[in-house]
Amino acid sequence: MAIEKFQKLLSTAVPLPIENVDTDQIIPARFLKATTREGFGENLFRDWKFDKAGNPREDFVLNNDKYHGSILVAGKNFGSGSSREHAAWAIYDYGFRAVVSSFFADIFKNNSLNNGLLPVQVTDSFLAGLFKEIEGDPNTRIEINLIEQVIRIPAKDISEKFDINPYKKECLLNGYTDIDYLISIMDRIEEFERNRT
Amino acid sequence: MAGKTLFDKVWDAHVVQEIPKGPGVVYIDKHLIHEVTSPQAFAGLDARGLKVFRPRNTVATVDHNVPTVNQELSIKDELSRFQVNKLSENCRNHGVDLYGLNHPYQGIVHVIGPELGITQPGMTIVCGDSHTSTHGAFGSVAFGIGTSEVEMVLATQCILQPKPKKMRINIEGKLHKGVRAKDIILYIISRISTSGGTGYFIEYAGSAIRSLSMEGRMTICNMSIESGARGGLIAPDEVTYDYLRGREFAPSGTDFDKAVEQWEALKNDPDAVFDKELHFAAEDIRPMITYGTNPGMGTMIRGSIPGEEELEIESINSFRKSMQYMDFRPGAKIEGTPVDYVFVGSCTNGRIEDLREFANFVKGKKRASNITAWIVPGSKQVEKQALEEGLDKVLEAAGFELRQPGCSACLAMNDDKIPEGKLAVSTSNRNFEGRQGPGSRTMLVSPLTAAAVAVTGKVTDPSEMI
Repeated sequence: MAIEKFQKLLSTAVPLPIENVDTDQIIPARFLKATTREGFGENLFRDWKFDKAGNPREDFVLNNDKYHGSILVAGKNFGSGSSREHAAWAIYDYGFRAVVSSFFADIFKNNSLNNGLLPVQVTDSFLAGLFKEIEGDPNTRIEINLIEQVIRIPAKDISEKFDINPYKKECLLNGYTDIDYLISIMDRIEEFERNRT
Repeated sequence: MAGKTLFDKVWDAHVVQEIPKGPGVVYIDKHLIHEVTSPQAFAGLDARGLKVFRPRNTVATVDHNVPTVNQELSIKDELSRFQVNKLSENCRNHGVDLYGLNHPYQGIVHVIGPELGITQPGMTIVCGDSHTSTHGAFGSVAFGIGTSEVEMVLATQCILQPKPKKMRINIEGKLHKGVRAKDIILYIISRISTSGGTGYFIEYAGSAIRSLSMEGRMTICNMSIESGARGGLIAPDEVTYDYLRGREFAPSGTDFDKAVEQWEALKNDPDAVFDKELHFAAEDIRPMITYGTNPGMGTMIRGSIPGEEELEIESINSFRKSMQYMDFRPGAKIEGTPVDYVFVGSCTNGRIEDLREFANFVKGKKRASNITAWIVPGSKQVEKQALEEGLDKVLEAAGFELRQPGCSACLAMNDDKIPEGKLAVSTSNRNFEGRQGPGSRTMLVSPLTAAAVAVTGKVTDPSEMI
């Protein structure tokens, strides 16, 4: 499966200033029974979004019309816990294309990159500034430029560089996937197998 | 050049190719799959018209989604049944061995790998499940992966992976009475937090780790991921070899001796360098329990929940949210808190030693009337062993029953859900909001502590009762 190319994104953002958001919150286990990749978006943050009776919890940010856009800005250590790729699928399926946080769990980061969802790791102070700007004005637009590896608020002249593995950057810019690469080196893999026995 | 760590030796021996400025292509020796994180991977393969490249190197079982009663009957939940059947179909089409429901080898994927001798020192092992770190207890490099990566391994027996940094955690000294492997790992995570291990592979070392059985070592490595670490490992020794000798898929006869010779090389070079090294004293560890909604929120049972004044300012929001969810007060004592449910099981503590510990403790005692208890063996083999040892009878006499194998209430994908608002003491690995069922509240403990709680009906330090 190819992934969508990611080069530049300019969008408003949804703030979730909570630390240690685990993948069980992103997509609870009872919704992992599907056998396809589609449709997880409707259950994104299900138990934070809805109460037991299925009514929207008004205090949850995804139920607040003020906030919208394709960037999710979240507290430190986002995506910890279970390796379920369904978490990345749910965030992507809901319509987000980038998640900004000051720290990401490893497996979630890999899963996101493998699905064209860009994890942007910023400093704690930049993150605090982002929350302040978005909460001050929900229409604040944020630009994420993967080519230059910069995240900025154009209207405020606030910006920061972010890191990404150069190989992964190439993949995202061009829509390449790891599996295509691995399949292209099958000869090499078979040679490795022969040499170790 | 500095010497190599155990982790370096195993990892480097499996690198097929380094991509300049990129990840390495890592060859995988054993791939374990289950019903929940594999269907989309097989679908990807089918869409490309590919077959599983090395079907003998992949082993499948059903665990996450299976009922723990009446396994002989068809699964009632339609979606669960469909997912389980889908795995059978995929395994059949691709020639992968499947230990399905009612097969004598079925069980939680991280319980069956070791007990069948599939897991061996020096291997690379992956599975679409974060607790794959369990297998590191044998000196293997084992870690959880996402479904896209499951597809890569099925198609090519490799994944692309940046090499993690290396951390060593040393625990020296003698453990106090009543302190078990679970307490050690809960203690470590309470000290380094749920992100303290992120980016690292952790080697556990020191006399307190060496003193543990393989079951105990698996419990420690299992929860590495709860510190954010990709995996954890422990150098193999006589305890490891004794455990493996005679297991179904372990080498046998002179092959076993030859394998041991190779496994003996799996230790750190004297001049090996770690990126980070931590030291803890075994004497500082007491029976532990979690009070919050991540595994780092733990303290000794005799301790208290921290007050807000002890926290970093940016953590206060999350802490308050957690306290509100748990219905606990900052600064409160934990011991004596009334409990509703006790769950014994999971890939963390669902092995025979765990069931023995629980049964030995409750022998001659009675289940507290306010406690509902679910005792779930980690596999068919564990269940069989428990029956052979008469543990079921001991449990029954004390007011407990042994269920059938599966992940069960650890993640509550099946019917084993802790009801909303109820407080569960659990030997599993995660106390996240709703993890054991929507609205359920979880406190993580060792099987010994779970047994003490099951008979007293409230949070209890087991130290004085043994």
